[in-house]
Amino acid sequence: MLLIECPYCGPRPELEFAYGGQAHIARPADPSKASDQEWLEFLYLRDNTRGLFAERWRHARGCGRFFNAIRDTTTDHFVVTYKAGEARPAPTAGGAR
Amino acid sequence: MSDPKRQPPRIESRAWLAPLPAATRFIFRGGAAAAQAASRAFGVELPATACRANVAGARAALWLGPDEQLLIAPEGDATAARAALAAALESIPHSIVDISHRQVAFEVKGPDAEWLLQAGCPLDLDASQFPVGMCTRTVYLKAEITLWRTGADTFRLEIWRSFAEYVVGMLEESALELTA
Amino acid sequence: MTLRTAKGGRIDRTRAISFTFDGQRCQGFAGDTLASALLANGVHLVNRSFKYHRPRGIVSAGAEEPNALVTVIRDAARHTPNLRATQVELYDGLVAESQHRWPSLKFDVGAVTSLLSPFIPAGFYNKTFMWPRSAWKALYEPPIRKAAGLGIAPKLPDPDRYAQQFVHCDVLVVGAGPAGLAAALEAAAAGARVILCDEQQELGGSLLAERDASVEGQPVATWLESAVKTLGANPRVRLLPRTTAFGYFPHNHIGLCERITDHLASPGSQQPRERMWQVRAREVVLTTGAIERPLIFPGNDRPGVMLAGAGRTYANRYGTKVGERAVIVAGSDAAYAAALDLAAAGVTIVAIADVRTGNDGPAASAARAAGLPISTGNTVLGTTGKLHVSGIRLGRVASDGTVVPSVTHACDVVLMSGGYTPSVHLHSQSRGKLAWDDAFGGFVPAAAAERTRSAGNCRGVSGLAATLGDGAAAGAAAATAAGFAATGRTYAAQTLDADIRGTPGALAQPATPVPPAKAFVDFQNDVTTRDIALAQREGFESIEHIKRYTTTGMATDQGKTSGLNALAMVAASSDRRIPDVGLTTYRMPYTPVTFGSFAGVARGDQFDPVRKTPSHEWAVARGGVFEDVGLWKRTRFFPVGGENMHAAVDRECLAVRNSVGMFDASTLGKIEVVGKDAAEFLNRFYVNNWSSLAPGRARYGILLRDDGFVYDDGVIGRLAADRFHVTTTTGGAARVFGMMEDYLQTEWTDLSVWITSTTEQWAVVAVQGPKARDVLAKLVTGIDLSPAALPHMAIANGEICGVPLMLFRVSFSGELGFEVNVPADYGTMVWEAIHAAGQEFGITPYGTEAMHVLRAEKGYIIVGQDTDGTMTPDDAGVAWAIGKTKPDFIGKRGLTRPALTAPGRKQLVGLETIDPKVVLEEGAQVVDAPNRPIPFPMIGYVTSSYRSAALGRSIAMAAVANGRARMGETIWVAMPGGDIPVKVVSPVFYDPQGARINV
Repeated sequence: MLLIECPYCGPRPELEFAYGGQAHIARPADPSKASDQEWLEFLYLRDNTRGLFAERWRHARGCGRFFNAIRDTTTDHFVVTYKAGEARPAPTAGGAR
Repeated sequence: MSDPKRQPPRIESRAWLAPLPAATRFIFRGGAAAAQAASRAFGVELPATACRANVAGARAALWLGPDEQLLIAPEGDATAARAALAAALESIPHSIVDISHRQVAFEVKGPDAEWLLQAGCPLDLDASQFPVGMCTRTVYLKAEITLWRTGADTFRLEIWRSFAEYVVGMLEESALELTA
Repeated sequence: MTLRTAKGGRIDRTRAISFTFDGQRCQGFAGDTLASALLANGVHLVNRSFKYHRPRGIVSAGAEEPNALVTVIRDAARHTPNLRATQVELYDGLVAESQHRWPSLKFDVGAVTSLLSPFIPAGFYNKTFMWPRSAWKALYEPPIRKAAGLGIAPKLPDPDRYAQQFVHCDVLVVGAGPAGLAAALEAAAAGARVILCDEQQELGGSLLAERDASVEGQPVATWLESAVKTLGANPRVRLLPRTTAFGYFPHNHIGLCERITDHLASPGSQQPRERMWQVRAREVVLTTGAIERPLIFPGNDRPGVMLAGAGRTYANRYGTKVGERAVIVAGSDAAYAAALDLAAAGVTIVAIADVRTGNDGPAASAARAAGLPISTGNTVLGTTGKLHVSGIRLGRVASDGTVVPSVTHACDVVLMSGGYTPSVHLHSQSRGKLAWDDAFGGFVPAAAAERTRSAGNCRGVSGLAATLGDGAAAGAAAATAAGFAATGRTYAAQTLDADIRGTPGALAQPATPVPPAKAFVDFQNDVTTRDIALAQREGFESIEHIKRYTTTGMATDQGKTSGLNALAMVAASSDRRIPDVGLTTYRMPYTPVTFGSFAGVARGDQFDPVRKTPSHEWAVARGGVFEDVGLWKRTRFFPVGGENMHAAVDRECLAVRNSVGMFDASTLGKIEVVGKDAAEFLNRFYVNNWSSLAPGRARYGILLRDDGFVYDDGVIGRLAADRFHVTTTTGGAARVFGMMEDYLQTEWTDLSVWITSTTEQWAVVAVQGPKARDVLAKLVTGIDLSPAALPHMAIANGEICGVPLMLFRVSFSGELGFEVNVPADYGTMVWEAIHAAGQEFGITPYGTEAMHVLRAEKGYIIVGQDTDGTMTPDDAGVAWAIGKTKPDFIGKRGLTRPALTAPGRKQLVGLETIDPKVVLEEGAQVVDAPNRPIPFPMIGYVTSSYRSAALGRSIAMAAVANGRARMGETIWVAMPGGDIPVKVVSPVFYDPQGARINV
């Protein structure tokens, strides 16, 4: 069970969280202008990163907030978590233990 | 459960479980300005610090999220509190929703209260990590609860009413060995 | 108990304990394990082997035991198979049975397999029984399963309790041997919250088996007692004996299984049998010790051939002689320590046969000084005896490697030591790296992946003082890393300190005969040197492949004693170094964990939360039949006078159509959406136009995902300009709430709107039918119920039975309908009041089944039943709900995707069977021509199907390709009994004009 640092509540057990998929995929401001290909990519195409991956979590059974995290997919260690809307921090090697 | 108050659960051991009386409950949601106005109207400072509860008299405000607070008042205060909040917040964006009946409250108390709760709650409830006055939504096994440490060996549990029977049943099951 | 030593050990000789093994009454002492008590009674033979049914005896004294698996029986429901006798604590009246033998241990019919064994090499089962596939299940597998296999699980439900506990600490120390004790002492002294767990009943680990060692000038037992006392007195320290750390999970989450009552003769009924501890540790110290390796030689599996350290443990700790005349085969100096201690216990040491060329280490010197007979340059050619070892044939290895027979010794026990393998299981489970330590001759922990460190034997440190010091250093480092000040310390200790290193692999054998007699690598899975060689001859090079082909290391002991030996053999015969052969993966659990422990308190009616509605007890009292809807219990129907479901549902439906029915709709998800932008939010969120909805009115809303497919639906009422009451499907409540939060928090942060779940704030009673108004008129105050004042889809607030009422005039039945919303505490009272008030109209409570029929008669869809996650509003026939002029809503762009606008999509239609009595099966496939040869194309499937009492026939809904263009056509529903002809019709079967709803 992962230990996840909620940017609002601090470190909490994974049991309280819901996974939210890849982060930083904004819904197009005017979807009607999106081509079929762009819409397809928005809906379905996601990275499958080996290494540092920015992903969404929701502290669903806590403060309820969505937030973003950078996790090393090879170790499951989180490098950093940050609030939704904040820019992705510069990539850092390795993961905090 | 149909009426959680009908079957007062009891754990005769070094930890006690008791239902708390019906209460007025509001979920306040809004920004800092609304929280300030609500604090004045409700008579309790809505905590700005994460996972903390403030108490004033018989009323309390519990931080649940950065824009969400659980306001608790005696059952009879409902009308007055609602009116006061509505008046104070009229021109400030916010949401107040009456959820008095959405959940029921229990108190777990006694020297083994922490032990009993740790049978189902994955948080670290050691007083150094979960001090008096701390509150949070979390889980007890498969149910969501709001847990508030109201004293050194006293916790208040707010549970959605249909989950109360499950949580109480699990607390009683876990308490069995304490009574042995 | 003929083989007890005269004195000593940690058993309590004043407390005799009687037990039975295979029906034989035996005696032991308090403090014995089943294994030590059996050995004291001269019993070595405890099992038959997995594949060849060879007689097997106790090999070890701990968790690594590969052979001595027994079943312990308390009663019919409480018998636990596959327990290691070396870990079963004796209690008065304990009943244990050997397993995997028939009809008796000493005469095993299955042992004929042993005679056939030349024909059962590695991979035999795979190769021989693979074809034909169907024959495997029917023909080959059952007898093989019966012949092989382990103990038998009980068939009755487990009556024991199992507890679980979350616990946090600064430092978790796994293993309470010298290193673990020293680590815990250090971390505790620094003020850290410490948990020290150990799988044994007593803390102390290897210290418990020391004969005359001392620590800090004290006898080891004295030091141990005071160390445990010091730890026990510290309120920040939790000591957990009988507790196995079985799994190391991410982020220092460690699973411990504590055995609470298995050692008790009569456990209290309220005591849990086991407790699963879920530890979250800031820092972890692994002090899991090392496991002695057997030597590999022909006949090394004969009962009475044991690990040297085990012989020593039985003598020193349990006061048990494992035999009277011992031959010691030394592949490691540890064997000399055993020889000395056994000699001290009164065992005759017939010979110490060192398989190495020379030895002048301190242990060997001590043995020589004690006058024990030592020879070097030996190998073992075989053992004799049938059910117990009676002799050993030794050979000499010449300098050119040739082997010649030398001497045969008569003996009743052979003690062997191939050196020790560090127990790196948990470190490896935590994804830590392992490195080959050439000096030690084993894999030891390298870079950690978690906040963890290893100390003592498990990282190749040996010698008592060094181990204590290493543990103290690790404990101090862990405490420091957790934020406490600690420095560690050194220890003075006096003991023999035999070198525990050895050389893994098989002992040299003569070139003939070919093949040689069986020499076992993996006892539990009956893997021999021949099997390993065969695997290599057949081209398997990777150790992972060899493992799977030979099954070495794949038994319940996971190769604790065999792993490194197998690696060494593969390395030797392929001219590689051991580290170049690689390692197989360590997986949890370290030793088997009961299912009960994993299940914990989640069992029976407390397996999941059971959510009950306000009418629940009322329904129970009236014999209501329930169904599970998510976690909710909903009344499915209310049988009267022995009715079956069909009769009850027919009656309930007709009551609603003809008079009035009442239904508990409390489970519907409810979300209050509040804020000045509430309408705008819902405009963007649902397909409908909400700006045009006046306060006091409600509308049926449809929610899509951005891919354009239907996700949820429900009636949404506007309570005020800035306040909406959203209902969702019962199952969709949480996910719709989460989706709203997602868009509000991450996409539309410009909106001033908040949401609050009110699902459980409101109890909801649906009152439906032509007489619904008449019923409510008797109870409701403050609301004008007339059609003009409260038309269909209107909302009003008032009181019912003196409590606040939010009344929706809505219908999911097609009849005049109301949904009575009251604060949940009043739900039961209001339900009962409505039932009483409705008596004069014959009010009929109805359940979910009738609700389904009524809505299907009207063609109302149920999201998730009539839609499947690939259906658009148009497919589902609800495109009318879409607010066409809105610039955007979730799913709007998705709906214009080519595939979603392509012709030929499946559309929801009604189906009428040509034979009105035939009720179709939900999920059945629809085809456009009957009785075609398989395979043939499906054009759709049945989504809903019921008997309709009101219509006097069956009705169904189906998703059919081009369905709406097929109105009136006959198509077929494919069933095993033959294709059923059906006519495509409108899904609105009843009152198509909707006249009944607007009265």
